[in-house]
Amino acid sequence: MNAEEILLKLAECVEFGKVNKAAPFPPAMKGMDGADELTKQALEIGVKPVDILNEALIKAMDKVGEKFTQKKIFVPQMLIAAKAMNASMEHLKPFFQSGEVKRKGKFIIGTVAGDLHDIGKNLVAMIVEGAGWEVIDLGVDVSAAKFLQAIKENEGAVVGLSALLTTTMLSMKNIVAEIKREYPNVTCLIGGAPINDQFMVEIGADGYSSDPQGAVNYLNALVA
Amino acid sequence: MNKISQEILSGNILVSDGAWGTFLQQKGLLPGECPESWNTLHPEKVLEIAQSYIDAGSDMIETNSFGGNRIKLSYFGKEDQVYELNKAAAEISRKAAGPNKHVLGSIGPTGKFLITGDVTEEELFEVFKEQAIALEAGGADALIIETMTDIDEAKIAIRACKENTSCEVICTMTFDKTDEAVFYTMMGVTPADMTTELVDAGVDIIGANCGNGMENMVGITKEIRAANAEIPILIHANAGAPVFQNNETLFLETPDITAGFVNPLIDAGANIIGGCCGTTPAHIKSIAQMVKRN
Repeated sequence: MNAEEILLKLAECVEFGKVNKAAPFPPAMKGMDGADELTKQALEIGVKPVDILNEALIKAMDKVGEKFTQKKIFVPQMLIAAKAMNASMEHLKPFFQSGEVKRKGKFIIGTVAGDLHDIGKNLVAMIVEGAGWEVIDLGVDVSAAKFLQAIKENEGAVVGLSALLTTTMLSMKNIVAEIKREYPNVTCLIGGAPINDQFMVEIGADGYSSDPQGAVNYLNALVA
Repeated sequence: MNKISQEILSGNILVSDGAWGTFLQQKGLLPGECPESWNTLHPEKVLEIAQSYIDAGSDMIETNSFGGNRIKLSYFGKEDQVYELNKAAAEISRKAAGPNKHVLGSIGPTGKFLITGDVTEEELFEVFKEQAIALEAGGADALIIETMTDIDEAKIAIRACKENTSCEVICTMTFDKTDEAVFYTMMGVTPADMTTELVDAGVDIIGANCGNGMENMVGITKEIRAANAEIPILIHANAGAPVFQNNETLFLETPDITAGFVNPLIDAGANIIGGCCGTTPAHIKSIAQMVKRN
């Protein structure tokens, strides 16, 4: 395979969630090379890491995000796509660290204090990472202090806050208020099942999206 | 005690209970606190909730054990208290129900995904088995596996309950309405898919809970009934969609609004009607009045 063919094949593996040769998903690609093997092969024949990121990973994850928004695929397909992306990303890590490949920016994400739900937060983290951003995932039950510390350590980062429970919306409000008090210029994006535009306005957050792709669109517009 | 499904076969519409989580918060449960820990810390408050639904006219009462599986309890460092907390949950509800009403042991999802290899089928089976045995030991005569979104996790839970207890097994899933007005769970399961697969897995009663107010539940019930003419259907609707006002989350569907959807739900094929988030004993009382008028 030449570079172009490998990148096409890799994009297909990420879009449909083929992690590696041994992975049983998706059944139609059984026994074929996955994202892991193809990324290795691409680097071996001299494909630039930045092209792997832009031409295969970002393109594929963009399709995944679109299909999710359109309800053509659901959480399971998105999860295995992200897993395939991560398998490829592992090989690119050294190039991110050396600075050879640059990302669009930093995105800090966490589920707010009092809330232990991580599915929605993880999906957003995966899709944002797949769109070429560096993601700093603070996990669940994240206090205002932890968000503030991460903002301090990652200058210029955008912050994403997630809440699934109606009861932790109040916690989200308090954390956004504390972030805005210390760092008025930090952009806060919010999301989660009970959240809507009205709530975003009410608590002084900057953006809201009902799905992961909306968050990517918002972030990309910031750096466009 | 009669089986719930037998009572339904003889033509009765039954009334279930309302919200637990939102009710516990009213009683003082703090954000980030483990709800199941109240079964041993504040059993009297848990009993008050159960009793208030029985007094409102419920034919059955759930248990305060939705997050009582080993995986969820481990977030609070309580994974070694699965038996104790679940048994206590069922004992409290049995106390409120007395010998003649049903106690439905609540079993919620683990939050782990099979598809990504977070957890194996064997691990899930053991987790549900452990919880089901404790709930039966505390006096549950039925188990309700609820708020499920993944069909495989639901089927494993059903198998764990069936193979390890003599309880009747109920399973409800949570559906979202898409822009095209089609219902899917977060994991892509339709009401018709659920019906076929869970009936195949040997469930006694199926249905839907949470995620929707009564109005959407009528549509979901119709889809389940279209896929299977016989299987008893249980519906636990929220008191509408949550609204955030003055630092409080409110569910604004009043008991009167809820009551107005009882007959449409029955006409659609529902056999057991109760509530989920935001519903109160007043909602259950209105449902019971409507049901008994029929």
